[in-house]
Amino acid sequence: MSFSKSEVLQGTLDLLVLKTLDSIGPMHGFGIALRIQQVSEDLLQLNQGTLYPALLRLEQRGWIASRWGVSENNRKAKYYSLTRAGRRQLVEEAESWDRMSGMINRVLRTT
Amino acid sequence: MRELLRTFVQRLAAIFRRRQLEDDLDEELRSHLEMAIELNVQKGMSVAEARREALRSFGGVERTKEMCRDQRGLPMIETAWQDLRFGFRMLRRSPGFSLLAILCLTLGIGANASVFSWIEGLLFRPYPAVVHQEQLFALTGTALGEADLTSWPDLLDLQRSCTLVDSFIVTKITGTTLSIGDRAEVTTGSIVSANYFDAIGVHPILGRGFETGEDSGRNAHPVTVISYQLWKGRFKGDPQIIGKTQRLNGVMHTIVGVAPEGFYGTFVGWAMQFWVPASMEEVFEAGDYKLEDRGARWIEAYVRLKPGVTLSQAQQEISAVAKRLANDYPATNRGRDIKLWPLWQTPFNNARTLLPTLEIMLVVVVFVLLIACANVGNLLLVRSFTRRNEMTVRLAIGAGRGRLLKQLFTEGLILSAFGAAGGLLVAQWCRHALVLLFPARGGVAMHLPGEIDWRVLVLSAAVCLMTTLLLGLVPAMQTSTIDLAGALKSDAAGVVGGGGRAWVRSGLVVVQVSLSFVLLVGAGLLLQSLQRIRNFSPGFSTHDVLCTAVNLVSVGYDAQRAQTFQDELLERVKALPGVESAVFARMTPLSYGSYSSTPIAVDGYQPPPEEQPTVQYNEVGPNYFSTMGIPLVSGREFTRVDDEKSALVAVVNETMVARYWRGKNPIGERLQVKGRWMQVVGVTKDSKYESVREAPKSFFYVPLRQNFSPTAGLYIRTALSPGSMATALTREVHALDGNLALYEVITLQEQVDRSTSPQLVAVTSVGVLSGLALLLTVIGLYGVMSYAVSRSRRELGLRMALGASASNLLRLVLSRGLALTAGGVLLGTAAALALTRLLGNLLYNVSPRDPLAFGWALVVMTVAALAACFVPAWRATRTDPARVLRD
Repeated sequence: MSFSKSEVLQGTLDLLVLKTLDSIGPMHGFGIALRIQQVSEDLLQLNQGTLYPALLRLEQRGWIASRWGVSENNRKAKYYSLTRAGRRQLVEEAESWDRMSGMINRVLRTT
Repeated sequence: MRELLRTFVQRLAAIFRRRQLEDDLDEELRSHLEMAIELNVQKGMSVAEARREALRSFGGVERTKEMCRDQRGLPMIETAWQDLRFGFRMLRRSPGFSLLAILCLTLGIGANASVFSWIEGLLFRPYPAVVHQEQLFALTGTALGEADLTSWPDLLDLQRSCTLVDSFIVTKITGTTLSIGDRAEVTTGSIVSANYFDAIGVHPILGRGFETGEDSGRNAHPVTVISYQLWKGRFKGDPQIIGKTQRLNGVMHTIVGVAPEGFYGTFVGWAMQFWVPASMEEVFEAGDYKLEDRGARWIEAYVRLKPGVTLSQAQQEISAVAKRLANDYPATNRGRDIKLWPLWQTPFNNARTLLPTLEIMLVVVVFVLLIACANVGNLLLVRSFTRRNEMTVRLAIGAGRGRLLKQLFTEGLILSAFGAAGGLLVAQWCRHALVLLFPARGGVAMHLPGEIDWRVLVLSAAVCLMTTLLLGLVPAMQTSTIDLAGALKSDAAGVVGGGGRAWVRSGLVVVQVSLSFVLLVGAGLLLQSLQRIRNFSPGFSTHDVLCTAVNLVSVGYDAQRAQTFQDELLERVKALPGVESAVFARMTPLSYGSYSSTPIAVDGYQPPPEEQPTVQYNEVGPNYFSTMGIPLVSGREFTRVDDEKSALVAVVNETMVARYWRGKNPIGERLQVKGRWMQVVGVTKDSKYESVREAPKSFFYVPLRQNFSPTAGLYIRTALSPGSMATALTREVHALDGNLALYEVITLQEQVDRSTSPQLVAVTSVGVLSGLALLLTVIGLYGVMSYAVSRSRRELGLRMALGASASNLLRLVLSRGLALTAGGVLLGTAAALALTRLLGNLLYNVSPRDPLAFGWALVVMTVAALAACFVPAWRATRTDPARVLRD
């Protein structure tokens, strides 16, 4: 089973990006996409392009910051990192996700 | 919330960094793809395969970019910006149209902004240098409901008793003469209370204002603060000016301060040049000491209310004090109240005289603006026909009608914004235009500045927006009726006289005609009223009498010397060839500066309890009535016998006889003035004293010799012109004393004309504006007729081919134009019948429905309409049937 892009809600993508940056530190867009795919064991067949509007949105809200850097194989790339506001947001969203999924799980089990 | 704001700011910022962000995005995506390809190659794919795979998993580079762009900026603002740029391009493409439209709007909005700036500068915020004008109100006494001035003792009592008033500010316009060479120049100034400069928050740039106590003690403080212009002009900006002395009305005054630049005093209409404390009142009020006289009402005053106090609260408190004063001092204060006025209703300066004119002008400029809008609307409409193809194509390739409307409104906004900018320039330019309508009196020009402040700007912007909406309506109607299928087929050419959407344009023209017809009627009524006022006999001769004065006080003549001088000069003047008679008298009729008024008592007249009979009077020399041409009804003139040594006498007018003697012949009866009894020796016909529009009022005369004043005017009955008389007079005056200066010599008719300048202002301003309106209407009519003719060339050609003669066609087009005009005139007549009542008290002896004015407006309108239609009609007759039918 795999998820198509439309099933990945916008908020979920945001959460995934924040979580990824939290665990691997500053990273460029390609790295983030790769990481999300690896972690989801390729279940998440996401168009990598959709990542960029999301990154832009997160940056506009001040949850992540970006600056130009150089990649491991000497390529110029834009690196994103989590800000303090972003970390707070991650904690909040993770909690609300837990609550939400816990609730859905309970509902699914009882029926 | 903070995030939303932050997002908005970032998006906004992104609009201005567009190019750089675009490059960044390109670079970022490129680096993403390259990394992906590299990785795929490492996995063992060929380069081409690696690229394909990378692109596939990326999923559409351009799409991603587009999504990023939407996320990045503010699409709404960006489309607005696009519309704006497109709008500018469209306007540049048809410069003739754009210029005409902007010109019309500039005139329309400019007229509005000018009137706003005058209203602001003269009525609402008349004293720009004064702090917190919103707490400033004018104060006058009232007698039987009529505004009157106040007295110094009354004002001191108010000051002691009122708790809601921050300060009472006394000012009284006065004048002195600064003689320059052999010409005397009147300089206006103010007699003020000592708190004046502190209370209005104006701080002299040199020296000081007045100090507490400088307004008390009879003639105790001969000090003066001079205006910036006087300092720069007459004193050449002397930095050591403080402490120097200047003779004012014969008394040496020490200059203690120089007022800041841009401060013109607190009297709408005149720029004050000097200020003296109230203690010097006697010197400036013709030797009449009034500071301890409760009955002498001479003060023009303002109050500054404490913060938060309203007009009605303060009025209550002040009225209570006035009532107490009326009780305590019945002899002087019976039946009197004291009243506060908003600045724009100030009764004692030119605010009052200009108020009705400015109100009318406000209505008139709205009309002008509507006419201008109709014109531009018509232009837009005509253009929207020529742009039909463009609109149709844009609709066809998927533009929403909303988007199209937004585009059209944007174009309207550009036009009206240009119009508003131009209009503000016009207003700035016209700031001092009102002054041009007032003649300079005795060399002192009036000061009537407009004021363009933020309130005027806001109001003009509102007018501009309203204009945009009005303009937007027209093309909006147009696009909503475009139907794609129909527009593909070519429009059938219109027919002169109807068809298509011509009714919108015709309707606009009819409205224009009716609006300008109303204005023409108004101008006609005012013009007639002015003529009647000026030709109306004021009760004295206006053409054969000259008036002037010699300034004796400012060079230090005392009463004795002045009297001798007057006698000698009179002898010399009477000996001049062409002079019939000459006389000195204290006041000139119809001049600003009121006559003395005094409480009187009459034998056998018992005043009702609430009334203290008070009558104005003038001090005049022998043969005054025959010189001035004021007819005597009975009794005799004053003669040389009525001097200091003989019994006191008076001459009264007919209204006074009717009022106080109930029409009985008063000759030989007694009249008490200021405690002195005098015998009535003559009765004159009524004449006009302070204004040609005043109702008949009681008035009396006393001999100048028995009530001497050195500030008397000279009146000469002669057929000579003012110019030649001035030369002769100057010679005679200098023969007596080389230091003396003569005021300007004018006819009494000139004096009448000057006193009616508010009417002149009304006529001129409404006249100019209705001329403007007429011009705009003619342009509109011309535009519509030319367009109709050019659209119906085929029809015209056909008619010609079928045998219509040139005169047939001429008549066809002209009659169409005249039909529109007739419709407008009908509508305008109805509107004018309802609206001319607004002219109210600007009209003198003219009915607001005067048929002459309506007829006059009809003639002007018809001629203008014929002129506007003639060129298009003539062009219609030049249609070449062969060519038109072939096309």
